[in-house]
Amino acid sequence: MSRLDVETIRKDFPLLARSVHGKPLVYLDSAATALQPRSVLAAMDRYYEMTHANVHRGVYATAEEATRLYEAARVAVGRFVGAPDPEREVVFTKNATEALNLVAQSWGRRNLAPGDRVLLTETEHHANLVPWLMLAEERGIVLEYLTIDGDGRLDLSDLDRKLDGVKLVGVAAMSNVLGTINPLARIAEAAHAAGALVVADGAQSVPHLPVDVKALGVDFLAFSGHKMLGPTGIGALWARAALLEAMPPFLGGGGMILDVRLDRFLPAEPPQRFEAGTPPIAEAVGLSAAVEYLQGVGMDAVRAHELELTAYALAAIDERLGDTCRVFGPPAGPDRGGVLSLDVQGVHPHDLAQVLDQFAVCVRPGHHCAKPLMRKLGVTATARASVGLYNDEHDVDVLIEGIAEASRLFA
Amino acid sequence: MPDLEDLYREIILDHYRSPRNRGELASPPAHRIEGFNPLCGDEVVVTLEVEDDRLADIKIAGAGCSISQSSASLMSAAVKGKDLDAVRRLIRTFKSMMSVHEATLGSDGASGDGSGADGEGAEPEPVDLQKLGELAALQGVVKFPVRIKCATLSWNALSQGLDEAAAAR
Repeated sequence: MSRLDVETIRKDFPLLARSVHGKPLVYLDSAATALQPRSVLAAMDRYYEMTHANVHRGVYATAEEATRLYEAARVAVGRFVGAPDPEREVVFTKNATEALNLVAQSWGRRNLAPGDRVLLTETEHHANLVPWLMLAEERGIVLEYLTIDGDGRLDLSDLDRKLDGVKLVGVAAMSNVLGTINPLARIAEAAHAAGALVVADGAQSVPHLPVDVKALGVDFLAFSGHKMLGPTGIGALWARAALLEAMPPFLGGGGMILDVRLDRFLPAEPPQRFEAGTPPIAEAVGLSAAVEYLQGVGMDAVRAHELELTAYALAAIDERLGDTCRVFGPPAGPDRGGVLSLDVQGVHPHDLAQVLDQFAVCVRPGHHCAKPLMRKLGVTATARASVGLYNDEHDVDVLIEGIAEASRLFA
Repeated sequence: MPDLEDLYREIILDHYRSPRNRGELASPPAHRIEGFNPLCGDEVVVTLEVEDDRLADIKIAGAGCSISQSSASLMSAAVKGKDLDAVRRLIRTFKSMMSVHEATLGSDGASGDGSGADGEGAEPEPVDLQKLGELAALQGVVKFPVRIKCATLSWNALSQGLDEAAAAR
């Protein structure tokens, strides 16, 4: 495996050349949204300058080209997550949130009856929680939850008992607060043995880890383009072809039908069945370029670099800040991603983020759309620093310098 | 670019570390209002008692950042025992301090935040900082537009509490 050359990589990201408050930007908010390499921006520009036309309709040259680019993006994105049949199994959505809502509204409403049980985790992002709460309100499905231990790992000791009678398991591949990488393959195997399907929220894992849906054994995988170096406005749902074929449409409109009469309609085959209206074509082209960029670097190298940096950060925080700065989640290791939720003694996360901004350090204060988890951790908010392939040890050093300054200010 | 010292004045840090009028009054008879900032999860609980057109007592509970908590503490110290008319005037003055600067920031474009003013204080008038006393320490907040909602959280709760007290009479 080749090592990642972070100095070279940083040159590919124009925003990293920007200064804020007279200091070079230290971008540590990739869990919220990642930066884009020049190749992604260029691909989208090129598309708009040379090709732009609506897909799946026109017969003129540029329209055919747009369709070809859009469908090629589907295949590229599908292959990136190991989809066996990407042409049929990848649905483009607005983002991971919409992909998860698609599963709840289409598969869920077709397959879940009052009293049916869905097993989630108490660490889920609201995107994999609220759609199921909505379904619970609408049709009385019952939600149950896997809990976490003191290190932020899922307690799977009674997984088989909790799976008894469950129809669907919803779990984040990686926590956006704790950085915990959950053992999806193990959960999927147990779920399938119990007759349940598994929907994985891959928003944090697909951008940072090698992901192969075949190896994970999950049935649905949702992820967002903008967290994986692509543009905003596009995400994807991968699902087994047989599942998609049996699912009713999600949104209705143009492009998702075979035939429409005044009293009925025939839906198209997947994936078009789930892509009503003009899709995000330029965004698909951009996402395809992002996937190409990540593959060029190699996801093994991305993961190795980010784990190394996470280990450096955890050790440096411990060494330089001691007990004044607590980091939630497991220690650095194979099940730890590069998300650092910080709790600094005497400094509210909002104030910490404000002080860090003066250092041009971008972190995110707040509940990270995981309010139940915040309550479990006993905090109203954390300040979250998260790494990407373009971060280096200097970024971590500036972060720690800023935290020390905040501690000094509020002491 | 504004300095942190503009935001975190010593008075603010003092009220953050040692908040005044901390706690909750028994409700009823006190009016109890909860304010939430969904962005950051901050919350403030204002309990107040009105006697004869006077804000007889006020207490502050909740948890949040230095700006929301110090603003609540400074507010409680400033309004406790005052005539309701004077309290209302102070609320208006404080909120116009927050919104006047907000409008100014929007026009010079230096804030880099396109959100602009939220419509409050549509007719900017000069704010007499003298009248605000220690509360003037919070004027630096307006240079940090994202934090204005932190500073006004408790004031909105107070305003709502006065409305409830008036309606109850």
